[in-house]
Amino acid sequence: MHQTFDAALGINLLHVNQDGADHNRAHFDQWGITCLNLMSSPGAGKTALLERTLATLTSELKIAVIEGDMTTELDADRLRQFGVPVIAINTGRACHLDSKMVAGGLHHLAHEYDPHTFDLVLVENVGNLVCPAEFEVGEHAKVALLSLTEGEDKPLKYPVMFQEADCLLITKMDLAPHLDMDLEQIIANVRQINAQVAIIPVSAKTGEGMEDWFDWVQSVVNDRCVTVR
Amino acid sequence: MHETDMTQALVLTVKDWWDAQPETPKISKIHLTVGQFTCVEPASLQFAFQVQTQDTFLAGATLVIHETPLIAFCHHCQQDYFPDLGIQYACPTCQSAMEDIRSGRELKIDRIEYHCADASMSEPSTR
Repeated sequence: MHQTFDAALGINLLHVNQDGADHNRAHFDQWGITCLNLMSSPGAGKTALLERTLATLTSELKIAVIEGDMTTELDADRLRQFGVPVIAINTGRACHLDSKMVAGGLHHLAHEYDPHTFDLVLVENVGNLVCPAEFEVGEHAKVALLSLTEGEDKPLKYPVMFQEADCLLITKMDLAPHLDMDLEQIIANVRQINAQVAIIPVSAKTGEGMEDWFDWVQSVVNDRCVTVR
Repeated sequence: MHETDMTQALVLTVKDWWDAQPETPKISKIHLTVGQFTCVEPASLQFAFQVQTQDTFLAGATLVIHETPLIAFCHHCQQDYFPDLGIQYACPTCQSAMEDIRSGRELKIDRIEYHCADASMSEPSTR
């Protein structure tokens, strides 16, 4: 006969990832770096947005990119043309970046460069609207992208991503004349879930809205300079 | 897909607890709380748990998943409400945005049920 015992744990299932994210964030803070985590479904335009962002913001900020991709370095190669360090992390079969993978990227950055000289690290997550929302990597703010072609209902169907976001970029605005997409409805659906998120419609192709996006990035970097340094 | 990673995290956390026990308890049940407003599918978690615990210290253990509903609190109306997942998240009474989630975001290992080897079988403590 066995007596059954009960052990109360009350431990967050993702505590290991969370501890790793806090550790990464402590490094960023120590180096005076702001980290943004960019997340979206595949093909929403993360890499195109980063290309346009690097082309403009590298004159004002020292930037590095951590690029998550399941198997290839295609995206990383596109971004290296802008002369910034791009650390590619192949996640293999994993559908998201976790804090341990990003820690590997940070060690690489610290080993190859002087991390104190950087202002901004942009993490391009694996294209996926579900998993990345649950795995913090040490970012100071989350940026979600939703392309105009994806449909007004996506914020309702994938609410956790949109609820977690600090900034939402509605991308591919140049396609608006060709689509029966109701921008106001997209925004209303997002607002049901997240009253605070900054919503910026953009087009990396025409440059529409990009100034607003750059201003938002600058404001996050500046706010953190005030609080951290 | 990420349920595989979460199961791995679960197994490692329970292993830490197991390793810290003076004897080697036999774990019969692990109780998890999974909120409705998370990206976790309980059926996938069950499947991953069965696969990943085969031939390990958790072989034969049952994963008990308690799902918690999504409940939000509307500050304007001063009351709880149940958002309709996938359809409507704003307060049904005043249409205020869902801001204060009171339940549904939990991902927690609550407790472990276990028993120890028979007292007659266990070695006398020397420490």
